[in-house]
Amino acid sequence: MVVPAEKLKWILATDCGSTTTKAILIHKQGDTYRLVVRGEAPTTVEAPFEDVTRGVLNSIMEVEELAGRKILDGERIISPSTDTEGVDIYLSTSSAGGGLQMMVTGVVKSMTGESAERAALGAGAIVMDIIASNDGRLPHQKIRRIRDLRPDMILLSGGIDGGTKTHVVELAEIIAAADPKARLGAGYELPIIYAGNKDAREEIVARLGSKCALVVTDNIRPVMERENLMPARHEIHNQFMEHVMKHAPGYPKLMDWTAPNPIKPTPAAVGDMIQAVARREKIQVIGVDIGGATTDVFSYFQDVFVRTVSANLGMSYSISNVLAEAGLENILRWIPFTIEEGDLRNRIKNKMIRPTTIPQTLEELLVEQAISREALRLAFEQHKSLAVGLKGVQRERTISDTFDQTGSGGQLIDLRFLNLLVGSGGVLSHAPRRVQSALMMLDAFLPECITELAVDSIFMMPQLGVLADVNDKAATDVFVNDCLVRLGTSVAPIGTGKEGIRCLKATITMPDGKTEELDIPFGAMRLVPLEVGQTAEAVLDPSGAFDVGAGKGKSMKTTLKGGVVGVIFDCRGRQPFALPKDPQERIRKLVEWCGSLEVYPPEFNRSANRGAPAGAAAVPAGAGR
Amino acid sequence: MAHAYTPGLRVTERMRILKVRRLPLKGTVVVKKGDHVTAETVVARTELPGNVQPIKAASILGVHQQDLREFMLKKEGDAVGKDEIIATSKSFFGLFKSHCRAPAAGVVESISDVTGQVIIREPPIPVEVDAYIDGTVSEVMPQEGVVIEAEGAFLQGIFGVGGETIGILQMATSRPDEELTEAHFKPEHAGKVVVGGSLIRIPALRRAIEIGVRAVVVGGLDDQDLRALLGYDLGVAITGTETIGCTVVVTEGFGKMAMAHRTFDLLKSQEGMKVSVNGATQIRAGVMRPEIVIPTKEATAAEKAPVQSEGMTIGSPIRVIRMPWFGRLGTVASLPSELRELETEAKVRVLTVRFDGGEEATLPRANVEMIES
Repeated sequence: MVVPAEKLKWILATDCGSTTTKAILIHKQGDTYRLVVRGEAPTTVEAPFEDVTRGVLNSIMEVEELAGRKILDGERIISPSTDTEGVDIYLSTSSAGGGLQMMVTGVVKSMTGESAERAALGAGAIVMDIIASNDGRLPHQKIRRIRDLRPDMILLSGGIDGGTKTHVVELAEIIAAADPKARLGAGYELPIIYAGNKDAREEIVARLGSKCALVVTDNIRPVMERENLMPARHEIHNQFMEHVMKHAPGYPKLMDWTAPNPIKPTPAAVGDMIQAVARREKIQVIGVDIGGATTDVFSYFQDVFVRTVSANLGMSYSISNVLAEAGLENILRWIPFTIEEGDLRNRIKNKMIRPTTIPQTLEELLVEQAISREALRLAFEQHKSLAVGLKGVQRERTISDTFDQTGSGGQLIDLRFLNLLVGSGGVLSHAPRRVQSALMMLDAFLPECITELAVDSIFMMPQLGVLADVNDKAATDVFVNDCLVRLGTSVAPIGTGKEGIRCLKATITMPDGKTEELDIPFGAMRLVPLEVGQTAEAVLDPSGAFDVGAGKGKSMKTTLKGGVVGVIFDCRGRQPFALPKDPQERIRKLVEWCGSLEVYPPEFNRSANRGAPAGAAAVPAGAGR
Repeated sequence: MAHAYTPGLRVTERMRILKVRRLPLKGTVVVKKGDHVTAETVVARTELPGNVQPIKAASILGVHQQDLREFMLKKEGDAVGKDEIIATSKSFFGLFKSHCRAPAAGVVESISDVTGQVIIREPPIPVEVDAYIDGTVSEVMPQEGVVIEAEGAFLQGIFGVGGETIGILQMATSRPDEELTEAHFKPEHAGKVVVGGSLIRIPALRRAIEIGVRAVVVGGLDDQDLRALLGYDLGVAITGTETIGCTVVVTEGFGKMAMAHRTFDLLKSQEGMKVSVNGATQIRAGVMRPEIVIPTKEATAAEKAPVQSEGMTIGSPIRVIRMPWFGRLGTVASLPSELRELETEAKVRVLTVRFDGGEEATLPRANVEMIES
């Protein structure tokens, strides 16, 4: 029996991630929906279980245990709820098994190719490759690539409506010649979504109609000046449910449990939540979700939503790729003690081959958090390269076509105007101290001027994203009250100088009326506690070379928001931010900053001051057999 | 919570082994149910569609795409030889001719009057699948492949490189904590699967490849040596297609790590046997660990009970898989349900392990794996 959305009392939602399946239980208390408990269990898409529902049931069993409420009757979710048992609705998101892997095409790589990439990414996919008429590869190389990759789905786009058909038809011929097979199971046809020049539909159907599950939808770039991504995104979601999910281990059963509500790709659900926040609060937002296999970055700037996924940047399965892409030097620069290259390399590889392990010693935690800074930094770099205005658009254009898009390829993201930076994913959501999450995000994203920081408390944005489709109030209630943890505000002047010179003077009027004056030199960090929900009026007076938002050397008045960490004054420099080159000096500064913000337990500061890392007495690997 | 679901690596002396041998595309199965096969026996064959060669025929001939068919000498489905003329155009009252030749032998797959492109498909590529292990064909999947069944020892490693290979098992070190060095490799190891102890470094690996060792099974490997062996930094653990001349199976992890006694002793007891080894590892989307299969005899009906993987309970044998007790073996002493605080200040589910020496330690449940037999 389906309970109407407005009558939902007990809600159960899961997110089947590549490593862990997370279940949350929500209850309507009075007029407000609140989180009751969260449970988790390893995802079981892979051998020996090969059935996603095992992990789902295990996570629900943990919810039952923690909440003291019976939800399962054997393997059946009890629904509707009574006073003592069951739930009214069950929903799920999924990124297990590598998520939705797509290949996209476009005629010009930086125009329709990029639009197709944005459409697929916005729908929650990983884009394996962009095949374009001008990508520099010969046709036989493209054919081989399509054959080798085995995507879950292809988005075929190219050309504006009424434009030349030749190139997009040529792309269809290349796909037809490659005759690609779907990744999961040989028993179904590969879905191909055509969202290109509408005049070429007949030719496309003639070439691909009999070879694959072809679906035709509206052009993603009907005119050069405008993208129309939503029809393609909807079709990607439909095909994800109808084809891809039905062939993943255990998913037909899971789809049955969530019916009539579809399973949503995890990143699409998180993206929906980020957009909802940005629109509701009328702010510029960046969100990041760092997982085991991938890192997603979402931005909402100038009313444009962009999502990117860095398919091989993550903290477990892909941790070794962070090393490969960032380079050892870049990871070592964040570690506040001396470590041998070989030791660090082996630790990273051991995490890769045993991805579900967690740091037990402080030293291990410091290493993982160093790696996360580089994964986040690289993912943000990749995001910025795609978060740009439409390319190929002429400056003088028809106003009716261009009202909501920016100029030709300009950067959408300007960190000076970023209002809120939200972190999510295990390493940020589960950091033992919230200030650790704040510092990881500051180091990786380098927000400028005044920015509020937050984390997803226990990583439930995916579940709330899918819940919002059914009951927006329930999702918003839980998001505001239980999900988002406001860390506080960072104040980071733009500019650089010699260590110790005057950088920023701050006069802060605290909520109790007392005034605090801070004089912060360049190269230092300071923390001013200010609780969640509190605000403080501040006068920020930067010295001549520095800018906090009003211009170089110009004073400004502002309101600073509090959080579980407080207000962080980050006078380490921006544009550029640089760490000392000398290893000992670098370590000294890292230890100083960690001490200023109380990032780690007191043992860290004591042992760091003695020159030895905390936990350095750890027994060497493989000992004692 | 009474159970923790932490799948471990299997190290077992005797079990029913099933290997699915599937063609990449439909083809012909050349054995039948009940046939006895050796690892080298070809069990199925198919032909992969040949590579395709697109030709911009219209532009080569200097004609309009829509008119291309008029100039074609071959039609769809026709066979063509390499450099054979497939289309010709005449210009300037027939004085000048332009030819379009086939870049490879094959069949004309398509002629496009929109793009002016002709696609030639080259002859199919034959593919054979062998049995990989000595055993019996227990199931035939028509046109797709077979299942080979055998009884024997089965060991999983944690990480490997290189694909399937077959050879005679030979121990090279006498102890599981002994490093496998260049000096251990002798010419008689050619074509063999060589087992060492705690570590192999790059000079010893190069020596093994030079001699013609089929596979090396060892406790640990340094990442720096893996990089030197592959020639690149391995980003994601998806391996098995490397062509380095030797398959490598690591049983414990990265760094110097004594091979678990149980693994070492089992391999030692099977010395001289014919073994099948696969280094393919995939830790994402359908986990796959490297393996050593040692068929001893064919399965009998009585022995065909499938082995069930059970959850972790008190008394379960486990291996610690993270610092600070990485590699230590023991049994689960207790599984407290409440969260405990670690040195990192994280509060997590833990268990108490009783190490083989008798001492006990508390550590995150996530940092152990079951030793499954």
